[in-house]
Amino acid sequence: MPDIIEAGDLKKTYGPTIAVDGICFTVRKGEIFGFLGPNGAGKTTTMKMITCVSPRTSGTLRVLGMDPETNPAEIKQRLGVVPQETNLDPDFTCFGNLFYYSRYFDIPKEAAAKRADELLEFVQLKEKRDVAVDKLSGGMKRRLILARALVNNPDLLILDEPTIGLDPQARHLIWEKLRSLQAQGNTIVMSTHYLDEAARLCDRLVIMDNGKILVEGTPEELVRQHAGHEIVEVETSDDVIACLVDLKIPFEKTGDMLQIVAPTDTAREVARTVLDRCRPGRMITRPATLEDVFLKLTGRGLRE
Amino acid sequence: MPSLVSFPRITRRAIKVWYRNMVVFVRTWQVNFFPPLVEALLYLFAIGLGIGTYVKEIEGIPYVNFIAPAILAIAVMNSAFFECTYGSYVRMYYQKSFDAMIATPLSIEDVIAGELLWGATRSVIYVVIMLPVLAAFGVISLPLALLAVPVAFLGGLMFAGIAMCFTSISPGIDTLNYPAFLFITPMALFSGTFFPLTLMPAFLQYIALSVLPLTHVVAIMRMLTLPALSWMIFAHIAWIAVVTALFCLLSINLMRRRLIV
Repeated sequence: MPDIIEAGDLKKTYGPTIAVDGICFTVRKGEIFGFLGPNGAGKTTTMKMITCVSPRTSGTLRVLGMDPETNPAEIKQRLGVVPQETNLDPDFTCFGNLFYYSRYFDIPKEAAAKRADELLEFVQLKEKRDVAVDKLSGGMKRRLILARALVNNPDLLILDEPTIGLDPQARHLIWEKLRSLQAQGNTIVMSTHYLDEAARLCDRLVIMDNGKILVEGTPEELVRQHAGHEIVEVETSDDVIACLVDLKIPFEKTGDMLQIVAPTDTAREVARTVLDRCRPGRMITRPATLEDVFLKLTGRGLRE
Repeated sequence: MPSLVSFPRITRRAIKVWYRNMVVFVRTWQVNFFPPLVEALLYLFAIGLGIGTYVKEIEGIPYVNFIAPAILAIAVMNSAFFECTYGSYVRMYYQKSFDAMIATPLSIEDVIAGELLWGATRSVIYVVIMLPVLAAFGVISLPLALLAVPVAFLGGLMFAGIAMCFTSISPGIDTLNYPAFLFITPMALFSGTFFPLTLMPAFLQYIALSVLPLTHVVAIMRMLTLPALSWMIFAHIAWIAVVTALFCLLSINLMRRRLIV
């Protein structure tokens, strides 16, 4: 089975700025593949190259076995794209948005109308069928965009921040839909800022920063390799810091908390020692998450 | 990267963009069909009959008959120009429609070509609605005046191309006011519309003929509606054809440079 996307030394520059700096990755059939990274890491640029709307500067890129430079229309015929910005057509209703979008894919009218109604049902917008899109809530708009990305039964779905700005209910609904699409055999590539979302959904992911891929793997692998197993967090104070230094327990300062990374089997022991000897005001022991990996690899400094 | 004068790869899919705009236009037909009717009547009464009462005749032609073709030509210019400046800018920048379209098999070249065709179609629709009004007042001569319809398409395409060039380089929607007031408004007045070009000093006549596209559209329309045909009609059509091709190609390349980075 050939890979759905193959990128080799993929590069994109805007004048002197290097947005994507020679990245290599492959996306396999049927998986949900995630791009994570801080703002300006190059995620959106990479997605734009995959979706054939931004030409690459150098390197190789094959999407569905074709080159975006030579066969953009053939590739796009089989892609579904959910952009970061909502770009629904305000001149149409929900149904109209799906129906007239289908026309761009050369889908015959009857089939397009049928598919539009099915998709409205799929994203639970059936009762909004004939409502103008500017009357929809943010969550409904994102769901409609997801439905729009599916009008052509795509083989590959590309989502740039699919749940940005949504409430928890709306996010869960989108996750559920993405999983059911995966179950139907779709391949999904997504970027996200929400690390819990990535950990839940992605089979494999890469973390990018400054146009480069820092790490690649399954969420579990990445957590194990880069963040350890358990995180003990204690409230910071000069006494606690002195105490930890005394005990020779390595720690890291994160905001108003001190973080101690410990393997699972000794985490309990470390926690007890710290609690007994240093008497911190507050202490939490929790499993390491993708967020710990992310912050460790990309730093805590604000971007943009 | 293709240069600004290269020939863009436009496919049949451009029609789909045209179709999208047509659907929206037809759905809101009440607001779209009224202005051409009103505009024709306003010009006829205010200028044709109002000023016409004093002017009576220009070069032996009743004044209202003299300005009737100018009304058509100005409508051709305005409808295509405003559609492909403000209309296209809103779809490109505020509605992000072009971004949505190029995520489908449509290319940016298809999208812009569709917009240009639609701009020209707006001109045709305007003229088709105005013609019966002018005919009812007996100020144009049928059936030759019916040729104003294909002329509206060609002229409309020219103004659509020119407009799209401005749209492609305009930093914001407000800066589109400059071409509208500094180019379109003077053109509507000094292109042999409401008084003959020959009233102006010779050098201004040359300027009008060489850089004011409306001059040629007015000249053709007038030959058709009076009627007063001459071989010069082919020179005017050729001028428009060349300028149309040039600006349409340039506008597509400029838009690609703006949107595909």
